[in-house]
Amino acid sequence: MLAGNNAQMITTSHLTKRFDKLAAVDNLNLNIEEGEVFGLLGPNGAGKTTTINLLITLLKPTSGTATVNGIDVVKNPAQVRKNIGVVFQEPSVDDLLSGKENLEMHAMLYSMPGELRRKRVEEVLELVELTDRKDDWVKTYSGGMRRRLELARGLMHHPKVLFLDEPTLGLDPQTRQHIWKYIARLAKEENMTVVLTTHYMEEADLLCSRIGIMDRGKIVALGTPKKLKHEVGGDVVIIRQDGFDRSCLKGLKLVKKVKVEGDEVFLTVEHAHENLQRLLAAVGKVKSVEVREASLNDVFLKYTGRKYREEEEGAEGGWAERTMHAESQRD
Amino acid sequence: MSELEGIYAIWLREFRVYLREKERAISSIVSPLLWLFAFGTGLGASVAIAGVNYQLFIFPGIVAMTLMFTSIFYGMYVIWDRKLDFLKEVLVAPISRRNVFIGKMLGGVTDAMIQVVVLLILAGVLGIPVTPYGALMALPAMLLITVCMTSIGLFFGAVFSSFESFQLVMQFVLWPLFFFSGALFPLDNLPGWLASLTYFDPLTYGVDAMRGVMLGMGKMPLEIDLLVLGIFTLVTIWMGASAFERMGKI
Ligand SMILES: Nc1ncnc2c1ncn2[C@@H]1O[C@H](COP(=O)(O)OP(=O)(O)OP(=O)(O)O)[C@@H](O)[C@H]1O
Ligand SMILES: [Mg+2]
Repeated sequence: MLAGNNAQMITTSHLTKRFDKLAAVDNLNLNIEEGEVFGLLGPNGAGKTTTINLLITLLKPTSGTATVNGIDVVKNPAQVRKNIGVVFQEPSVDDLLSGKENLEMHAMLYSMPGELRRKRVEEVLELVELTDRKDDWVKTYSGGMRRRLELARGLMHHPKVLFLDEPTLGLDPQTRQHIWKYIARLAKEENMTVVLTTHYMEEADLLCSRIGIMDRGKIVALGTPKKLKHEVGGDVVIIRQDGFDRSCLKGLKLVKKVKVEGDEVFLTVEHAHENLQRLLAAVGKVKSVEVREASLNDVFLKYTGRKYREEEEGAEGGWAERTMHAESQRD
Repeated sequence: MSELEGIYAIWLREFRVYLREKERAISSIVSPLLWLFAFGTGLGASVAIAGVNYQLFIFPGIVAMTLMFTSIFYGMYVIWDRKLDFLKEVLVAPISRRNVFIGKMLGGVTDAMIQVVVLLILAGVLGIPVTPYGALMALPAMLLITVCMTSIGLFFGAVFSSFESFQLVMQFVLWPLFFFSGALFPLDNLPGWLASLTYFDPLTYGVDAMRGVMLGMGKMPLEIDLLVLGIFTLVTIWMGASAFERMGKI
């Protein structure tokens, strides 16, 4: 299943974490190669953060094993920590320090030499556009600015493996794009392995070389974005037509599925863009037509069976909304 | 030694936060002054112990109390750090947990010592006759007390995971340590079994040492006080550092 023959940077074997009865991570077997940008997707509570916490030695597994850069996370956590960088889902920057002080503390903890330290502090501040606020206490930052600082800090020391837990949560579109570019560049130029979780399908599609979809502690689908999208069956063509008659599609093999809702007809079609003409010829006169390419959203819905929505709000509002949304979906 | 820089980073953070959290600093100076007034002035007028006025007698005790409370509270603050996730950043960094403990501990010791210096100056202003020489001589005892108590606090901070356990520590550790240290009253009059318990209280030695150098009222030689207190301190450092090694996320 794995493409190259690179070294395994992360392996887990029967990795399990239970909180009381609940198996937050359930018998997980996963291999991630060096240089991969691996996306971990899944609904709220799927176990993404718990998986990361196990790999970064913040939690001990209930059973099973895991290695990072060949080092066992339980037997030798101190050594694992020398190989990783983390951007946490929850805020962890220090309120009573300035942005720059937070970054400098990080540099010291990671023993970055003076010259490099100054360079990187400048560089990441520039990246997240906080240069002019760098001397203000973090207390006075907006939610998105804190997130940006958090991200800047995680990107500073160029580890072997970078864990990003919802890195761009609550960021504005411009910042998000800068970050994407930067992460992609890091992965490419430094052959850094990146493990990221996200609820933005666009982000996963753009950045990840491979994606694992997680649900209730298990990986339910795994592969390149392309492969996963292909597996859900193809593009959807939506036409509006009064009195649609299924029989007109007889003999058209390229149509995989038909669903009618009122005057809207949803046709799952292979290579819709190329086949649109033939399709319309068969259907006849329509009021409107829309082509929707298969997206990771469809993949997500298929495997996790719950509705899913991207949020565009700021960090806090978006998060709360998402949580509420997820809960109402569960019921 | 890259770990030294890490220790410095953690200490620096603590120091900055201390300077910027004004409420914490203010309250820890105001409360010993209150004690000094309420007990010292109120009782002091009518009570004298071994020929010394009470306000003077309890002054070393109040210093010990300030050190102790500041240090233990500081240590237990780690629970908060762990809850609010600041500590996560440090816990995944390539610095050993033992040195995270050392950095934190030094931070607490700095806070407490600053407060005690302020208290000593205020005492001078208030006319409590403690000589600069006496204060200087008390420095080793004061340092050992804060290191010991900060370590105890950090130990509990690492072991417990909720603020409710804080109450338990107050009831069963803090107050007993304080009351049976001789900070407020001489230990001579306690019944035998209680008196022997006081020998297991590190603060007893700290208070005795300070009373010795400040007022010339020590019961044991200074060296013995410092030696025993030093041993207690090493044990608590070890306890705290080990608790940090095992500490995880809440
Ligand atoms: N410390 C804990 N104690 C008890 N249960 C926990 C704890 N941490 C996580 N869980 C549970 O484990 C499950 C997985 O949580 P996790 O945080 O890994 O989900 P996630 O996939 O990161 O979700 P999200 O998208 O919301 O971040 C959830 O049901 C959660 O309630
Ligand atoms: Mg999560």
